[in-house]
Amino acid sequence: MTDQTGTSLAPALEMRGITKRYPGVVANDRISLEVRPGEIHALLGENGAGKTTLMNVLYGLARPDEGEILLDGQPVRIAGPSDAIARGINMVHQHFMLVPVLSVADNILLGEETMANRVFLDRKEAHHRIVELGRRFGFEIDPEAKVGSLSVGWQQRVEILKALYRNARILVLDEPTAVLTPQETEEIFAVLRRLAAEGHSIVFISHKLYEVLEIADRITVIRRGRVVGQRLPAETNEDDLAELMVGREVQLTVDRGTSHPGQPVLRVSGLKAKDDRGHLAVRGVDLEVRAGEIVGIAGVAGNGQDEFVEAIIGLRRPTAGTVTLAGTDVTGRSPRDINEAAVAYVPADRHRFGLITSFSLADNLVLTSYYRRPYARGVLRDGDAIQRDASSAIERFDIRTPSATVTAGTLSGGNQQKTIVAREFDRELKLLVLDQPTRGLDVGSIEFIHRQVIAKRDAGTAVLLVSAELDEVLEMSDRIGVMYAGQIVAIVDGRTADKNEVGLLMATGGTERGGTERGSATPVEVRP
Amino acid sequence: MSASLVPAPTPARRPPGLASRVWSVSAVPLVVIVLSVLVGAAIIVFSELLVPGHPFDLGLPLVAYSALLSGALGNPDAIVSTLVYSTPLVFGGLAVGFGFKAGLFNIGAQGQFLVGALGAVMAGVALAEVPAPIAIPLATLAGFIAGGIWGFIPGFLKAVSGAHEVVSTIMLNYVAVQLLAALVSGPLKVPRSPSPVTFDVGNAAFPIILGRNGHLGIALALIAAIFVWWLLYRTTWGFEVRAVGANPDAARYAGMRPKLITIATMTFSGGLAGLAGTSVLLGVTHTMTSSFGTTVGFDSIAVALLARSNPLVIVPAALLFGGMRAGAGLMQIKAQIPVELVDVLQATILLFLVASPVLRRVLRTGSRRDGPADSDAVVASLGGEAVAS
Repeated sequence: MTDQTGTSLAPALEMRGITKRYPGVVANDRISLEVRPGEIHALLGENGAGKTTLMNVLYGLARPDEGEILLDGQPVRIAGPSDAIARGINMVHQHFMLVPVLSVADNILLGEETMANRVFLDRKEAHHRIVELGRRFGFEIDPEAKVGSLSVGWQQRVEILKALYRNARILVLDEPTAVLTPQETEEIFAVLRRLAAEGHSIVFISHKLYEVLEIADRITVIRRGRVVGQRLPAETNEDDLAELMVGREVQLTVDRGTSHPGQPVLRVSGLKAKDDRGHLAVRGVDLEVRAGEIVGIAGVAGNGQDEFVEAIIGLRRPTAGTVTLAGTDVTGRSPRDINEAAVAYVPADRHRFGLITSFSLADNLVLTSYYRRPYARGVLRDGDAIQRDASSAIERFDIRTPSATVTAGTLSGGNQQKTIVAREFDRELKLLVLDQPTRGLDVGSIEFIHRQVIAKRDAGTAVLLVSAELDEVLEMSDRIGVMYAGQIVAIVDGRTADKNEVGLLMATGGTERGGTERGSATPVEVRP
Repeated sequence: MSASLVPAPTPARRPPGLASRVWSVSAVPLVVIVLSVLVGAAIIVFSELLVPGHPFDLGLPLVAYSALLSGALGNPDAIVSTLVYSTPLVFGGLAVGFGFKAGLFNIGAQGQFLVGALGAVMAGVALAEVPAPIAIPLATLAGFIAGGIWGFIPGFLKAVSGAHEVVSTIMLNYVAVQLLAALVSGPLKVPRSPSPVTFDVGNAAFPIILGRNGHLGIALALIAAIFVWWLLYRTTWGFEVRAVGANPDAARYAGMRPKLITIATMTFSGGLAGLAGTSVLLGVTHTMTSSFGTTVGFDSIAVALLARSNPLVIVPAALLFGGMRAGAGLMQIKAQIPVELVDVLQATILLFLVASPVLRRVLRTGSRRDGPADSDAVVASLGGEAVAS
């Protein structure tokens, strides 16, 4: 739309009027996108806006109903992923497509074996090329390192190398920073900038506004399958982008107000717990959460946060230590006992724990209270009461659904999470435990859930918030505990905490422990 | 790539109308039955070719099927006979279907059927002289409990050690057969009888309530179907059973105890299968021989699958299978087609049902996003899970 520079370079990639319909919904409605050589082009939109569909069209996974794709000005028909790769289009998926037990080189060579003589792989040549490619883009990588032993940030570099090895000219990155620490994000950005400088075109899919502003040369915003605007980072800001993306004004930062902490509600001391494979994942945690305050737990995913929360909530038996609730020892009590003690829990995995997706919305709303009055008298369920309260919850928590009888699996992620929030928040609470409460949600839903949490805090509930989104922890918390390798390595004030400082603690566990405490919980990083 | 391909439709989707709901429930079973009947017809025609000198007749399937139909429904006696054949299939179908609801594949309905009948005959013989109003409920209860014990064992094993119920119930089927043979030719045998047979259950026998041989069990089976439906959909217990079946992790999170529910479900399922045996023993045979035992337990699996575990749909599904059994004799007489054709038909139905996800895609009924029906999920998982866990 706006061509500021006025250059006449043919775009490396152009998608014209792409329309893709699925039964009952238009996923892409005449979307046009143009990416120049050497450009980092951000594709911004909420979940379900149509970003993934558009990229599937580009990758040959979905056939557009209308529209055409041009590479270097030439119309092409992309038959499938292998065709896309052959044409120099490569995708780095949000969930890496790597084999952890294989080496970096083997992963890169998978499906693209350079044959020395039609039977054997030419490993020497391949190794050489991989090291060369890495150096060109600013990192040294050991081709023999096992991918499973690399940190997430390095695994991502392997994915990018894989694409470069296949001579990718157009690189699509789907939410590449979702799993990275701030430092790792910076490092990846540096790599992307060098790629662009060498003439590669990059499509950067994200819903994180500040990142898009930082990395992109141009930003295309889509909403409900349509392009709603295009911006240059210099002439826009987060509020403007959020409004475009959501279609209304959004309050991005939570107005958390002031907290008035009261008596300690949750007291954890010396807590240890094992993960599902029997490794010690929580290695002696001490923590106190007072009434009316939010304590955030920051940490790279997989440092024992999930196990820590499950040990508090009764889903996992601690191997040592105690958990006390308002002075009562509840160590090792059942989930129901904990629930009855006015504790609510929003689990990290809403499909595995939070919902029964084949059950109706109404049944999911009573999943933790189905046996109590008014939803049951004795063993008899009261369908009227369940329906009545479901309708009321749908209205008050703004759950967008045709009715309370549809199955929970048909709702969008945001509405599924609102269902869980409605169920868990809708009573007097002493303690509220949130594990990744907004993961994968759109800006509007995040805003809604954050407000509900603040309201609970102001009503005197103690809140424990675990999140891999550092920004969420920083915005919401009164105090922040940094979890690393199964321990809380630092507790900092939530209002004065510095993002980089916390990020560094997340990545290293603090300088004095760096390197020594690296247990099974964190992969060892291969440093250049 | 975690987001689904299709943006979630925010505008309200209209809830499906009654007609489309009925279609989505019944389309697959109906198509499956029609396909199976066609396959059966083809087999009849081909089998003619194998008999040398047999006059070739393309209309033979029609003759056979009409005989089957009139044997099942042709006159009041035939209808009652269909009801009698269907009764144990209702109980058995409920047993297997109830297990499916909790995510359990109770393939041991056959063993529980036999042990249930054994419990009923032991109690019945002991109560043979006691007034019927006391003898009948007690003997029935004994059958339920005996079957329940046979279901409890695999449930308990699964809960404490993770032993897969498919494996343990198959094993217990063999144990049941041998247990029955040992008891009937040993302690329960009528002394000096030339063949292994027990005493008659006397007053504990079900009274005839319909026609020539329509016994009380027919009514009990109907009541059981309604009761199981009520239990599953109107009580908190049923909610827990369905929750554990649909998502054990979420059930545990919600404060339910999946292991306890597994044990309770297998016990109750075993009890229902025990009632199937009880209904045959107290309603039809009144004594037990060492060859007691039909394929009711296995047919029940097909009934439950055909009804997609819905307790109320299990009744018509059982009537279909029971009707085929009832009509098979007349078919053999009129068309010289062996009664075993019925087994072929039932097996074909089962095969088509296992392939029903394909059919559903062809018929475009029910969206996959709603999650598979419990029986589908269990069957689909069997391939790997039965061996792996």
